[in-house]
Amino acid sequence: MRQDIVIIGGGPAGLAAALAAKEAGAKQILIVERDKELGGILNQCIHNGFGLHTFQEELTGPEYAARYIEKVEREKIPFLPETIVIDIGEGENGEKEVTAMNKERGLFVIYTAAVILAMGCRERPRGALNIPGFRPAGIYSAGTAQRYVNIEGRMPGREIVILGSGDIGLIMARRMTLEGAKVKAVAELMPYSGGLKRNIVQCLDDFGIPLKLSHTVVDIKGKKRVEGVTLAQVDENKKPIAGTEEFIACDTLLLSCGLLPENELSLNLGISLNPATSGPYVNESFETNISGVFACGNVLHVHDLVDYVSEEAAAAGKHAAAYVKEAAGNRPLEPEAEKGTAADGTLKKTISYREETPVVLEAAAGVRYTVPSTLHLSRIEDVQLIRFRVDDVYRDVFLKVYFNDTPVLSQKKRVLAPGEMEQVRFKKEQIAAFPRLEKITLRIEKEAG
Amino acid sequence: MERKEMICINCPLGCILTVEQNETGEVTVSGNTCPRGAEYGRTEATAPKRVLTSTVRIREERGRVVPVKTAAPVPKEKIGACMEALKEVEVALPVQIGDVVLEDAAGTGVCVVVTKGIRG
Repeated sequence: MRQDIVIIGGGPAGLAAALAAKEAGAKQILIVERDKELGGILNQCIHNGFGLHTFQEELTGPEYAARYIEKVEREKIPFLPETIVIDIGEGENGEKEVTAMNKERGLFVIYTAAVILAMGCRERPRGALNIPGFRPAGIYSAGTAQRYVNIEGRMPGREIVILGSGDIGLIMARRMTLEGAKVKAVAELMPYSGGLKRNIVQCLDDFGIPLKLSHTVVDIKGKKRVEGVTLAQVDENKKPIAGTEEFIACDTLLLSCGLLPENELSLNLGISLNPATSGPYVNESFETNISGVFACGNVLHVHDLVDYVSEEAAAAGKHAAAYVKEAAGNRPLEPEAEKGTAADGTLKKTISYREETPVVLEAAAGVRYTVPSTLHLSRIEDVQLIRFRVDDVYRDVFLKVYFNDTPVLSQKKRVLAPGEMEQVRFKKEQIAAFPRLEKITLRIEKEAG
Repeated sequence: MERKEMICINCPLGCILTVEQNETGEVTVSGNTCPRGAEYGRTEATAPKRVLTSTVRIREERGRVVPVKTAAPVPKEKIGACMEALKEVEVALPVQIGDVVLEDAAGTGVCVVVTKGIRG
């Protein structure tokens, strides 16, 4: 099987990337999806609040997904359901070899000019949290509980404690309460919540659920089934403070302790990952260090807003289509041609813009990372968007941007929090007009300067 | 004069609103960055409302449910009653987005609609 673009993952990122690639003229696009249906995690996010930016209305997760799925069906973009990609390799002349597996075809290889990584992320599991105690039933990640309740119609428990105040945990606190469970507390290790402010208000405050900041679970009681958990306050080094322990009887512990981009495939391929995001470093085209491999959505960096995922993925799709055009010398690849037999199937090894030295984006003083992390000046957008997160809660500060060492922007920010993704935009002319631009630095500073 | 600080929940920006209500009941909102914020502050101070999302059962099927929402925001104090009403609802497949599963949820005058198309 030969393709122009293979998209790994049929969630919001994969769907938007596919549509944009099609619109930009890519002919042979294939979405590979692990689940039975398209839509990804949106299918279990039945709460509303999606799509305000994209559609100017408030949709639920399944409704937001449906908007894209309908378009993908209308455009007749094919997808392989219940198919898992187990490896991505590099063949001759930069061609990619995607090894996949499903029930009908067994193991098979898809040859493609470009790959878009859109695998999303996973929840941090209990094993990664160092909670002592036995391994009783009744401990779930918040997302697992969400699937049980919202898709399968089963309740994982009746008396709940939630560790971690990530958005899924907050959303599930409300959902379980509505379904008749008693959510006794949400404990958060950090002195601030990892979730969106609006979710604290409408999911906890609305139902009088206490949020215990700087608290963690120090013990789980119960051998067969959870019987309760012990919470304790933590000090500034996040170590439990003796004497602050409090036992809470419950039958279920939900974990909402962060999301990790799922990059096993990327690592095998030799893609460099940013330790701050656990996602690939990408340039302005959402292209990784490996030419022709693009990344978008939560596999790139974890988002709060699906609207931003769609926007970013559309850019990745458009750039992947442009890459295919250049790589194949403006000729679309022959559909279904055998590897190496069609003249049109031979890819150009060098892609012009990759010869150019890109501008480096530097995250400094309070900024944890930026996406993208490099910019090829010949390919920046008319309005180039830079997304970033901060490393702590800041009040009444300034976001400063420097071109080389010259300050070019100072923006007042009332509140900045690690749980909320921020962004800054630059016009193409402003970036292009700066003489010998090598580095763009983002910093959080106290003074306007 | 009554003064309340609240966080707007319309979108993830989470603007910090200051809502003031004077003796005559007149409400003024500041701190919002869009008209939706002003509207939210006014409603939240006087008669708070929420869109309720939940699921309903599928007739003669276990292990799968259909997601639904109220077609418009309902008064916060009616949410419990709406959940009770939804417990009694069962639908038959297939369903389409927008199919009405409950006409008037707990006397709110708001209907409850399907949010995901599910084939039989």
